[in-house]
Amino acid sequence: MKEIKEKERKNIELPEESLEKKSRTLNLGPTHPATHGVFQNILEMDGEKILSAEATVGYIHRAFEKIAEQRAFYQVTPLTDRLNYCSAPINNLGWHMTVEKLLGVEMPKRVDYMRVIIMELARISDHLICNSVIGVDAGAFTGFLYVMKYRELIYEIYEEISGGRLTTNIGRIGGFERDFNQIAWEKIDKFLNEYPKILKEFEGLFDRNRIFMERTQGVGGISLERALHYGFTGPNLRAAGLDYDIRTAKPYSRYEEFDFKVPVGTTGDVYDRYMVRNQEMWQSLSLIRQAVQKINDLKGEEAIPHHADVPDYYLPLKEKVYTKMEEMIYHFKIIYGEIDPPVGEVYHAVEGGNGELGFYLVSDGGRAAYRLHFRRPCFIYYQAYPEIIVGSLISDAILTMSSMNMIAGEMDA
Amino acid sequence: MIFNKRPVTHNTNVKLVEMPDMYQGEGFGAMQLSKVVGLARKNSIWPLPFATSCCGIEFMATMASHYDLARFGSERLAFTPRQCDLLMVMGTIAKKMGPVVKQVYLQMAEPRWVMAVGACASSGGIFDTYSVLQGIDQIVPVDVYVPGCAPRPEAILDGILKVQELVGNEDIRRRNSPEYQEMLRSYGIL
Amino acid sequence: MLEDQFILEKLNSKFGESIIGYEQNYDIMAVYGDKEQNLKILQYLYDDEELGFKFLTDLTAIHYPDNKGEELVVTYLVYNMRKRKHLRLKFKLNIEKPDIYTLTSLFVGANWLERECYDFFGVNFVGHPNLIRVMNVEEMDYFPLRKEYPLEDQARKDKDDDMFGRGDSHFNLGKLNI
Repeated sequence: MKEIKEKERKNIELPEESLEKKSRTLNLGPTHPATHGVFQNILEMDGEKILSAEATVGYIHRAFEKIAEQRAFYQVTPLTDRLNYCSAPINNLGWHMTVEKLLGVEMPKRVDYMRVIIMELARISDHLICNSVIGVDAGAFTGFLYVMKYRELIYEIYEEISGGRLTTNIGRIGGFERDFNQIAWEKIDKFLNEYPKILKEFEGLFDRNRIFMERTQGVGGISLERALHYGFTGPNLRAAGLDYDIRTAKPYSRYEEFDFKVPVGTTGDVYDRYMVRNQEMWQSLSLIRQAVQKINDLKGEEAIPHHADVPDYYLPLKEKVYTKMEEMIYHFKIIYGEIDPPVGEVYHAVEGGNGELGFYLVSDGGRAAYRLHFRRPCFIYYQAYPEIIVGSLISDAILTMSSMNMIAGEMDA
Repeated sequence: MIFNKRPVTHNTNVKLVEMPDMYQGEGFGAMQLSKVVGLARKNSIWPLPFATSCCGIEFMATMASHYDLARFGSERLAFTPRQCDLLMVMGTIAKKMGPVVKQVYLQMAEPRWVMAVGACASSGGIFDTYSVLQGIDQIVPVDVYVPGCAPRPEAILDGILKVQELVGNEDIRRRNSPEYQEMLRSYGIL
Repeated sequence: MLEDQFILEKLNSKFGESIIGYEQNYDIMAVYGDKEQNLKILQYLYDDEELGFKFLTDLTAIHYPDNKGEELVVTYLVYNMRKRKHLRLKFKLNIEKPDIYTLTSLFVGANWLERECYDFFGVNFVGHPNLIRVMNVEEMDYFPLRKEYPLEDQARKDKDDDMFGRGDSHFNLGKLNI
């Protein structure tokens, strides 16, 4: 170890300007290991402290709303997959529910309960990614590797039902394309048996971990009034203190018959968001169990259907299309758009992984929508990010970004 | 005394990398430089995951323990282009993002390879719109395309194996040859 | 419980001429208003004790090229959290001069929503702190979501419009009623 002698120390002269406090500009650019998705922040920094920030989005703008003006209703479902791609079934089923609201279709009980199972599985998979990635950004890689194996189980359930892992394109207008077969029920049971133990171990890694608590408590907080002013919804708002959940405020798909609680935080910081998401996963598990129980309790006529009776919009089964005349004609009419939907406009919102995902559909009676607008929660709450990180260190800014669960596909749509 | 409660199992089916053919003698072996260099390079590719959208989540599943990417030598994901060999572009590239991809490609040092994962990076995918670049081969030269929307992790691993084949068999003078320089010039690089 | 008729009566009694009409869409009522009064109407809906619509859910626009003089319709969706009631407000603008007052003083979250509306339709929000494009490239010179512009980039060379059923080729399968 070389010690700088006194004589040498005098020779090291620092130029005058470096002793003044100047702010530096740092580009937390579109490609960065910390940003999960592509959005840019230009930060003015004084050392490691952030003085001001400016956010830019639009690096993955794919013009979904313009594409939807030229596609029939079924062709819009693959677009909704790619909004919040961590929990794609919620987007798909939300879109189908919007069209069903436009048509005025009443769902049978069994279809609603099956939809609840799929949506809660999607919510678990979304929160798993978010929470494990908070761990990765704080430096703990084990939680991520440990938990991804159980996301593979959820993917296997989707594959059994719809054929796709990530971009599932699940369901039809009016229900599901096929009933859940025996293998799918066994996989759901396997998931329900194995997952609670894993979630407990995952909580044990982070909940009372001193390093994690010191890194996340008091970091990236937002007050409730400010959050409402911005239009926050979802786990970010619930962590700030308000229990606004669309499943209890404006229930859809028979959620009013289920018994679940809505977890709420206090300060809205990173620790609260992490805890709210964990508790929501426990509630989702309980919802899936209740839904499976309710399906098993249905008797007689109610225990059969996996879709509603809406032949004008529900694509018939392929074996019937190739053999029977009526189904072939319906198949032809649906694909070619010979059937006119009603004229009107409808707004329907579902509780996505990040908050209120709304679909505003204006129909003029044609094959495609006249105007389709997605109310995307990520886009609305990312506006608050530059305000939240001012005054904090850059490592706290990274943790705040990953805890707010920014999905770039949903932000730019 | 230590008792083994579990019978010891040795994995006898271990696959070793084959030594390429060389002219051997006592204590020496002679072969082409490009083969040795290719063998070393192909089993230690460091990728840069340029994940923009849904294919990025399938990449995260590939990197996780179920479909392990690290067993092919990609243990360290270099997040900076200065230290990586393979640029994996996963997800839709919009026109706003195009200059960023080009700049990242320019910062990479030779030898460098590019893999386009997913339908959006290969050809624009389902988004034939005014704001989406129809394939990244409009701006950077691509070596391997992995189709799918989103491709299964096995498909991404298949793409990595194809890149390994390319890397192992590459001619050592390829990067200085006039055809390669001509190709780069056609993209506006150089 | 907040009823639609009650909201309409209060708005009519306060604003009179500025409330042009209303329509009932499934379970959300849409009220048409005069575009000069949009900030005042929303401020009243925010402040009033009985109405209390204090949450801005959505802000977007629709382009009707056939209604000459009123082509652009800017629509706001506000929500009352206690009574769980949505209300939609619509304001019609002329496409030659699409000016409307900004809501950023009332709801901070309207900032980027209005920028997106400007980016897609060209609606000019008077008083907005930073009205530039948010999604598209800054150099873009047209407003893409208006009905007269096509979806596809006309300059691309690798996709053949004929094969995709677009473009003005004689080999057309007949117009689908879009």
